[in-house]
Amino acid sequence: MKEFATLIRILSNSTKTNEKLDALSKYMATADAADRLWVLALFTGRRPKRTVNATQLSNWCLQMTGLPAWLYEECYHTVGDLAETIALLLPPGKSISVHPLHYWIDQLIQLEKAEETTKQTFILKAWEELDTSERFVFNKLITGGFRIGVSQKMMVNALADTYDIPAATISHMISGNWDPQKTTMEALLNENITEADASKPFPFYLAYALETGPAELGTPEQWQAEWKWDGIRGQIIKRNGQLFVWSRGEELITEKFPEYQPLLELLPEGTVLDGEILTYANGFPLPFQTLQTRIGRKNVTRKQLQEAPVAFLSYDLLEWEGQDIRTTALQERRELLEQLVEKINHPALRLSPAITFHDWGELAAFRLQAREKGSEGLMLKKLDSAYQVGRKRGDWWKWKIDPLTIDAVMIYAQKGHGRRSNLYTDYTFAVRDGDQLVSFTKAYSGLTDKEINEVDNWVKRNSLEKFGPVRTVKPELVFEIGFEGIAASNRHKSGVALRFPRILRWRKDKPVAEINTLTDLQQLLQMHKQ
Amino acid sequence: MQVLQFTDKGIYCPAGDFYIDPWQPVERAVITHAHSDHARYGSKHYLCHHDSVYLLQLRLGQDISVQGAAFGEVIRYNGVSISLHPAGHIIGSAQVRVQQGNEVWVFSGDYKVENDGISGQFEPVPCNTFITECTFGLPIYNWQPQAVIFSNIRQWVHDNQAAGKNSVILGYSLGKAQRLLYHLRDVTDQIWAHGAIYIPHQLLREKGWDLPEIHRITPETPASAYKNNLIIGPPSAADTSWMRRFNPYALGVCSGWMQVRGHMRRRNADAGFALSDHADWTGLLQAVRATGAEKVYTTHGFSSAFARYLTENGIPAQEVKTEYGDTDEELNIPETTSNEQ
Repeated sequence: MKEFATLIRILSNSTKTNEKLDALSKYMATADAADRLWVLALFTGRRPKRTVNATQLSNWCLQMTGLPAWLYEECYHTVGDLAETIALLLPPGKSISVHPLHYWIDQLIQLEKAEETTKQTFILKAWEELDTSERFVFNKLITGGFRIGVSQKMMVNALADTYDIPAATISHMISGNWDPQKTTMEALLNENITEADASKPFPFYLAYALETGPAELGTPEQWQAEWKWDGIRGQIIKRNGQLFVWSRGEELITEKFPEYQPLLELLPEGTVLDGEILTYANGFPLPFQTLQTRIGRKNVTRKQLQEAPVAFLSYDLLEWEGQDIRTTALQERRELLEQLVEKINHPALRLSPAITFHDWGELAAFRLQAREKGSEGLMLKKLDSAYQVGRKRGDWWKWKIDPLTIDAVMIYAQKGHGRRSNLYTDYTFAVRDGDQLVSFTKAYSGLTDKEINEVDNWVKRNSLEKFGPVRTVKPELVFEIGFEGIAASNRHKSGVALRFPRILRWRKDKPVAEINTLTDLQQLLQMHKQ
Repeated sequence: MQVLQFTDKGIYCPAGDFYIDPWQPVERAVITHAHSDHARYGSKHYLCHHDSVYLLQLRLGQDISVQGAAFGEVIRYNGVSISLHPAGHIIGSAQVRVQQGNEVWVFSGDYKVENDGISGQFEPVPCNTFITECTFGLPIYNWQPQAVIFSNIRQWVHDNQAAGKNSVILGYSLGKAQRLLYHLRDVTDQIWAHGAIYIPHQLLREKGWDLPEIHRITPETPASAYKNNLIIGPPSAADTSWMRRFNPYALGVCSGWMQVRGHMRRRNADAGFALSDHADWTGLLQAVRATGAEKVYTTHGFSSAFARYLTENGIPAQEVKTEYGDTDEELNIPETTSNEQ
């Protein structure tokens, strides 16, 4: 466990990709075999099932320390991480444990059906045996989410380094539906076995944003344009007589979308489609909020199927007749895809249309219609491009529309998490409605570190009231809020819900008297209602 | 009896007509220690501990009117007795005890209870009312013994040497820097320091403090001088071009705030050491209880939480607003370090 705690410390402290990669590679080359597999699992989102919850951990910590609950809360809001808060609050441990990482994970998994008292005894004993840094990672195993800036890509590179296998191959090997309890690193990295695992998706090819416009991309004849959809990127796989649906987060989500089940019969064996999972009705995508109602649930109700039906808007074909065709030119893949979709002719499988255009000016005009089409901009793909692995520059670009904007005033502030712990970084904003202020959104990112410090200082000096972790502040600071979409909502006081709201800039030049009004928001809603 | 009052200029004693650590110019100022948020420019007369006198002169000018006092020495103003008592925060730091009749109030200034070897041993002063700082007044802030921290720092320096890197540590130039130098004097062949640290350091050596010889970094210092050595800079040097000359280097930050990972990650440091000159949670509670005070005012830090906790545990306490360094004192102190040049 010490080695794992050290790894986490290095990874979370370092800001340099190379150092992180070194630390990971070194760990992968030296650590206990079972520990290595678990580290791979943890950093690729395969956390062990949660057998103890955060409330239980908090309660046992309170019992052990004798602190009042409000003070515990105060500490949590300052640290911004539950696992770390508890590690810091517990009395010094004995630091006597020699058990490896996988021992602790196995023990935690075995608690699944245990009585609460058994769980408590185990956790308290673990806390007693571990030192502060080990306790932190132990708690993290339970609460999840290490958030230490290790991307899938970095993990892949570290393994490629250690095992001397090309990164793209590793990427494929470690994707898909494997269980660290049932396999070994050797098995996972053994290609024959990999091939037998029919469910594996291909690593997604992701595009960078086109910042300046398409002029420098060369002649339009070399490019294909498509609408960029605001759904869930996914792959549909038919292999070994089974259908698998994967999200970009490499989550197997087949069960959530029964609409796709007819495709099991219709798709030929050995097919992999890349496309967008969207809620879709009458030939038009529905707002993202409707898709959200489908994500969080395992069992879909009939009502949901009626109100938020999904379709798959396909835009690429990665495997055809059992052959990996990712290196074939997009143009050819597209032709096969179009024939396939036409032949299958099922409402759940659609083609994401290609946009016909003759010059960049014409395309720019199409882009301005994106919102009316229910899309968030355009995708530009080179006709001769291969389907690459991960985010790559050059052949694919996303060219999104400018966000909608509203100038609003900050009315509440709350401390952030992780790198932003103990800093007021989470804000709630309001627009004017007569002489009232109506809150309409929260927004986080978008300010520089310097601006965040400035706002943080201001919040500390200008709070009016404190509700738990939230401070009400003088309505004085004005920000421009950008968002991708707007929908009616009866869950919010303002009557609207925004899609991907964020701070675009701090409008120090603008007095509160000049911020936007609720009427302005309602007008945006009318204009962009789908 | 309200022996001390909280006014918009600072903590005021009406009977004695003097202020303690005022943040605006006043006639008579009693100063707990020489940090810039406590010792400000512009007052007519200053009173502080003997060892703070020259530090005050260094920072506020040689021409200030300043009187020194020894720990425990009693000075009377208008029938009010003032005495200074060790606070253990930095060299020359003191708590201020004020007695009017039988009523005793103590202002802690900044303090820590662990003896760092140069700043004196914090001494609890029995009183009726105790005004305490609580920069780290949450139970997540409990420090490891300094022996452990210094051993970790030494290990880190050695690891850096093995990796072919110089070791740069950032720490408050008055207080933290001397404490580091006192404890790490032999960690590398030479120790190099920024002028903001070198100047008070030389002054303290002249005054007879047992501090090691260090070298001042100038634009002419060759890069080879830093090889394998320890370099100490003020926190404001972070992310500036001044740091480039130390390449290849690893950056360590010494501050109580390093206790929390998020804080450390914000600093873009390679290592954080939770070494503080402020009392930790246990130290604060211990200090408050040892005074036997019936009433406590908390200021400077997590004051509302600390006051509530004390009150719930039988010691009536109340938060007061002062203008001493906010909770990020050790993190963002550009004005302090430039004053110290």
